[in-house]
Amino acid sequence: MALVRGVRFGSYSIGRSRSLIFNSLQRRGIAACVDPSIGLTDEQKEFQKVAFDFAANEMAPHMAEWDQKEIFPVEAMRKAAQLGFGGIYVNPDVGGSGLSRLDTSIIFEALSTGCVSTTAYISIHNMCAWMIDTFGNNEQREKFCPDLCSMQKFASYCLTEPGSGSDAASLLTSAKLQGDHYILNGSKAFISGGGDTDVYVVMCRTGEKGPKGISCVVVEKGTAGLSFGKKEKKVGWNSQPTRAVIFEDCAVPVTNRLGAEGEGFSIAMKGLNGGRINIASCSLGAAHASVLLARDHMCVRKQFGETLSNSQFLQFKLAEMATKLVASRLLVRQAAVALQEGRPDAVSLCSMAKLFVTDECFAICNQALQIHGGYGYLKDYAVQQYVRDIRVHQILEGNDFFYIKKMPLN
Amino acid sequence: MSARVLVGVKRVIDYAVKIRVKPDRTGVVTDGVKHSMNPFCEIAVEEAVKLKEKKLVKEVVAVSCGPQQVQETIRTALAMGADRGIHVEVSGKDYETLGPLQVSKILAALAKKEQADLIILGKQAIDDDCNQTGQMTAALLDWPQRSPEDGTFASEVNIEADKLKVVREIDGGLETIKINLPAVVTADLRLNTPRYATLPNIMKAKKKKIANVKPADLGVDVSSRLEVLKVDEPPQRQAGVKVETVHDLVGKLKEAGRI
Repeated sequence: MALVRGVRFGSYSIGRSRSLIFNSLQRRGIAACVDPSIGLTDEQKEFQKVAFDFAANEMAPHMAEWDQKEIFPVEAMRKAAQLGFGGIYVNPDVGGSGLSRLDTSIIFEALSTGCVSTTAYISIHNMCAWMIDTFGNNEQREKFCPDLCSMQKFASYCLTEPGSGSDAASLLTSAKLQGDHYILNGSKAFISGGGDTDVYVVMCRTGEKGPKGISCVVVEKGTAGLSFGKKEKKVGWNSQPTRAVIFEDCAVPVTNRLGAEGEGFSIAMKGLNGGRINIASCSLGAAHASVLLARDHMCVRKQFGETLSNSQFLQFKLAEMATKLVASRLLVRQAAVALQEGRPDAVSLCSMAKLFVTDECFAICNQALQIHGGYGYLKDYAVQQYVRDIRVHQILEGNDFFYIKKMPLN
Repeated sequence: MSARVLVGVKRVIDYAVKIRVKPDRTGVVTDGVKHSMNPFCEIAVEEAVKLKEKKLVKEVVAVSCGPQQVQETIRTALAMGADRGIHVEVSGKDYETLGPLQVSKILAALAKKEQADLIILGKQAIDDDCNQTGQMTAALLDWPQRSPEDGTFASEVNIEADKLKVVREIDGGLETIKINLPAVVTADLRLNTPRYATLPNIMKAKKKKIANVKPADLGVDVSSRLEVLKVDEPPQRQAGVKVETVHDLVGKLKEAGRI
């Protein structure tokens, strides 16, 4: 069945008949400088085009509503999955699209312009599907991956606990072996999608203290002993519910364990490399959208008898924002290439990319909000949602403050 | 059904881009500007692919005329479901002056060479708004031409026993027209809603072939009989004038020579 797109042709005639006089800022075209398709292969441009079209038609018109009403947009995400976005770097033999990390980064960056929060959730879902695909045995892959790739089922990733965020290896959720089941006890905090998703990839302690005692199990919703906390009220990321995930004598079959006992932490760390690129890519999309919004506002808003676009100061500011955006994009894409090639510098590049890009892009979006003046503070304008949504990117997947410690500086 | 469909696709400046006139007023700025497939052509491709899915046609061939970059546009058509592409190489000055007459000659020659049974084109391109290529192509081939839209809602395009059956909504109800194949069909906006290409289809499209052809190989002369003298922006919108009474209004209109 072909997936058809929403109405978009109404604006074509409006765009064609508009005639604005553009100043020197426009002549080179800032949109051309920050064009995210520069340097991509034809195929990557096609992926990007589909993602941009989907973001513009299926996500952007709803992003404010999803944020304000805290709607988890299941239908829209399933449409995305039909296009192949449910398991972008999962193997095709279990329903994935089999693309590279760079392709993935390009896609998430484009989707993020439509809604950061939803795209960030889609990236978490993708990471879970990849974990099962990469570290699971054939039974596990065939059991879980096809439904995840089609988003018939949704996934959540459970690592963080109330007592262990940055210090993830100190997690306490225990998994005691009893016959052919692990009995899980403990709780996870801040779980994206928690309560609304179907498949939970959980890091738990099967052995000794420290990273070597951690294993990874897949828990399905509906398992006895699995319950959820209240839905958290957040500043942003409102199109995905965040809840605590609680295990009380929750019995999980041993056949749901991914990899061997004690491999959990290493699985988590490998997952986070890609997760960091994905989160950074989402920040890029928000920053890109914000730069264009700021540019548009500057062409329209007049103060002191002329449009803001005539202000030299603001022109410099916009140019700085554009420069930081392009620099960030190059770093993320390099990190993605390093990861997919298995280069030795991949881990540090992914960490650096996440650190640098989430910070820079937040600054860009914040600056864009500032350029909007008072209007930037109103929820009628999209720029504030980009700011609120990407603020958390500087915190999760490696709080920037602890980051330097974790970076392997030789 | 063994029918083969030729679909013309044109690479144009993206519909969302703000058009700017070049300082020397010979045309519009195209360097560094985002381009994509003409929206009417997307609808044409969608219609052709739908016919293939209904098993009414065997093969969909996407054609585009222009420089190297039009291959991107052909790839998009392949990703939507076309089987193979033909790139008619036209570049430089010839490309700048390429218009409906030359394109329709090329399409007519290709239709004969490829033994196409049906040509589906977009009704018009959003850069020149000519709305001529379909009609000219049909005239050159002496084939019937129809726009299933013709300003009203089209419901269906079907092929039944060597005839093209088009159902469209008119004021009084539904009108069904049968035209003989081979034919030219031009697609208007409301014929269908084009599909998104899926990631797997984009990857499959990479393996589909795009053949390169020169207009000379088809025996077509692409030189233009038209010369663009000047391109200008539409006039700036002038401020209005408020009047107090109807008398004043009539007076102003007479002054402006309107009545």
